[in-house]
Amino acid sequence: MATTTAPTSSHRAEAPSQVKHRPDRNYRRKQRWGWLFVAPFALIFLTFLILPLVYAFRMSLFTSTLATGNRFVGGDNYIKAFSDPIFLQGLGTVAKFALIMIPAQMLVALVAALVLDNLTTWASKFSRLMIFIPYAVPVVIGALMWGFLYSPRFGPASSIFGIFGLAAPEFLAQDNIFGSLVNIVTWQWAGYYMIIIYAALRGIDPGIYEAAVLDGASDRQIALRIKVPMISSSLVMVVIFALIGTLQFFTEPQVLRGVAQGAIPTSYTPNMYAFSLAFSYSQFNYASAISFALGIVVFVFSFFFLFLTRKQSGLK
Amino acid sequence: MKAKFLASAGIVAATAVALTGCSGGSGSGGGGGSEAASCTNTIVNAEAPQVTVWAWYPAFSEVVDQFNNANDDVQICWTNAGQGNDEYTKFSTSIESGSGAPDVIQLESEVLSSFTIRDALVDLTEFGANDVKADYAEGAWEDASSGDAVYAIPVDGGPMGMLYRQDLFDAAGIEVPTTWEEFEAAAKKLKESGDGAVIADFPTNGRAFNQALFAQAGSVPFEYDSANPQEIGIKVNDEGAKKVLEYWDGLVKDGLVATDDAFTADYNTKLVDGSYAVYLAAAWGPGYLQGLSDADPNAVWRAAPLPQWDAANPVQVNWGGSTFAVTEQAKDKELAAKVAMGIFGNEEGMNLGVDKGALFPSYAPVLESEAFANKEYEFFGGQQINKDVFLDAAAGYEGATFSPFQNYAYDQLTVEIYAMVQGEKDASQALDDLQASLEQYATEQGFTIK
Repeated sequence: MATTTAPTSSHRAEAPSQVKHRPDRNYRRKQRWGWLFVAPFALIFLTFLILPLVYAFRMSLFTSTLATGNRFVGGDNYIKAFSDPIFLQGLGTVAKFALIMIPAQMLVALVAALVLDNLTTWASKFSRLMIFIPYAVPVVIGALMWGFLYSPRFGPASSIFGIFGLAAPEFLAQDNIFGSLVNIVTWQWAGYYMIIIYAALRGIDPGIYEAAVLDGASDRQIALRIKVPMISSSLVMVVIFALIGTLQFFTEPQVLRGVAQGAIPTSYTPNMYAFSLAFSYSQFNYASAISFALGIVVFVFSFFFLFLTRKQSGLK
Repeated sequence: MKAKFLASAGIVAATAVALTGCSGGSGSGGGGGSEAASCTNTIVNAEAPQVTVWAWYPAFSEVVDQFNNANDDVQICWTNAGQGNDEYTKFSTSIESGSGAPDVIQLESEVLSSFTIRDALVDLTEFGANDVKADYAEGAWEDASSGDAVYAIPVDGGPMGMLYRQDLFDAAGIEVPTTWEEFEAAAKKLKESGDGAVIADFPTNGRAFNQALFAQAGSVPFEYDSANPQEIGIKVNDEGAKKVLEYWDGLVKDGLVATDDAFTADYNTKLVDGSYAVYLAAAWGPGYLQGLSDADPNAVWRAAPLPQWDAANPVQVNWGGSTFAVTEQAKDKELAAKVAMGIFGNEEGMNLGVDKGALFPSYAPVLESEAFANKEYEFFGGQQINKDVFLDAAAGYEGATFSPFQNYAYDQLTVEIYAMVQGEKDASQALDDLQASLEQYATEQGFTIK
């Protein structure tokens, strides 16, 4: 008896709460307004992101070569992509960029933010602006500008090195192009990440620092033992931004290729490879597959990184 | 309050749309229906049907105006959709999407088969192309046709010659080289004279330039006929190509030539500031040179024929040159074909192109005219460069065959030559690797290799 009554009673207990959730007229009207406000965004989102994505995915399931027609091949393009040495080599290149470039940007951004957080003079505001300004320069313009700075003829390097009687390094040569690109990206993005980190630092209760000073902590200890751990979730976010951006590396090498076609081949990064496949070699189907394959890689990398840092980012 | 705010926001948005709509339309020539909205030029006769044209020729607007004034029954609606690859990218996208292509399009002859294989161009023989065949230089016509089909009407050519700095040659005591052997000797002499100039640049991204040099030693990289589009012959590593590339590899290793990328700001400056004593150029090169800034004011430029491998049997080659083709998307193909043949297919139009745009004409009545041969060029100290150099080069050019994936082939050529210049492989290996990669690509694309 008791066993049969118990579930029934619990059923009954749930019933009122369900009634509560049933949308009344007022709620429904509110919901309509909500949809209305979301509509402009949803429409654009659907037309310019979701539909093209679906279309591109459909394209990636077909193949059409120059000499033969269009035909359905299912996942063949993906198998081909993940065994394509050019694509894999491009992935290797961006992985190398990720290993070098992300720590470099993080370090610059973190140090700048920590220093600025401690300064209270007018110099602080001014420096903050100066460090942030490269981010305000459009990426293409920035890359073009660095192209000129790196140029042996127009750039300042040859005259600066000339003062010491040295030959300037060839920034656009095959051996140096990697470092030259790391430099451009760090210059451009470190300021942006600095602002994110700085904002997080500003959110910490200053009372904690007072307590730390009373306990005899030095400035360095406050910075490394208190500030950095307390903003770890922002740091994780910055790394995620940088990781996704680096895996999709495109604009800077594509622009710099204009002055260094030998050192930067058309398939330097996976995104450049997809671009040249589609628009130079008319292989739209395989280019779509490469794009989705890159998307999968970005997703996997980001997912694993978030999983590994779930404690720091506060996801767990 | 809220409703009022929303309403006024709506009005603002509507006005904004209306305003931008207006400004978008104001570029039109003020006539000829909705299509005219995108014309760069003024439509003279609003009643006549219009043919859309994409082209990037210099001074083309004057040619279009001349055409529109001279023709009552058809009008050109011209757009500059970018130069070379920029335009091809747009054309390629509109082929894929099935709409958006113009009726008539300027294409370099080297990319014609890349578009015919995608069924994007109309065979002009059914619209009377063969009737005007006699009006065009033979090599140029050959480049625009494939087998019996004619896919474009030639406009301008790029027969090659050698532009050189007489002042630098004199200072180093160099005679103008007529063979590649003499060219190498001159390069050594110039280097020993020690004023820092090298004889020329050998760009790894020379693309058609490199290919033209190979052709001079008898290299025939591709065999292709659009009547049989699934079959292709590839021989980019033949003897001629190897001979030429080994020669240049030698010059590079001895530091006798530069290896700067072509068409960069650095390269443009070096062309005119005395860093290179020679510019191995096509017939459009003189026009290109004159357009560059930072030129050495004391430069004395002269033109001479391209050095030869065998002075007794000179071989003439071509670099660049373009054509007008009719696209499959053209609404009225016959009318479009008429425009393609008519724009530069008359003396008025072609003369404008020659005088204002520095084109080297493929249209025989102008090409073979006294006036063109005797034209004196101030930039070359009054030298008649057409008579001295380019007319012979054009007459001797027999045409070439390009692959239906020429852009890919050029990109791979750049990769291989760059590797060679970096010392990673020798010339012969570079061309063998190129051959292998192109064969693989062709097979992947479904071609049968002959």
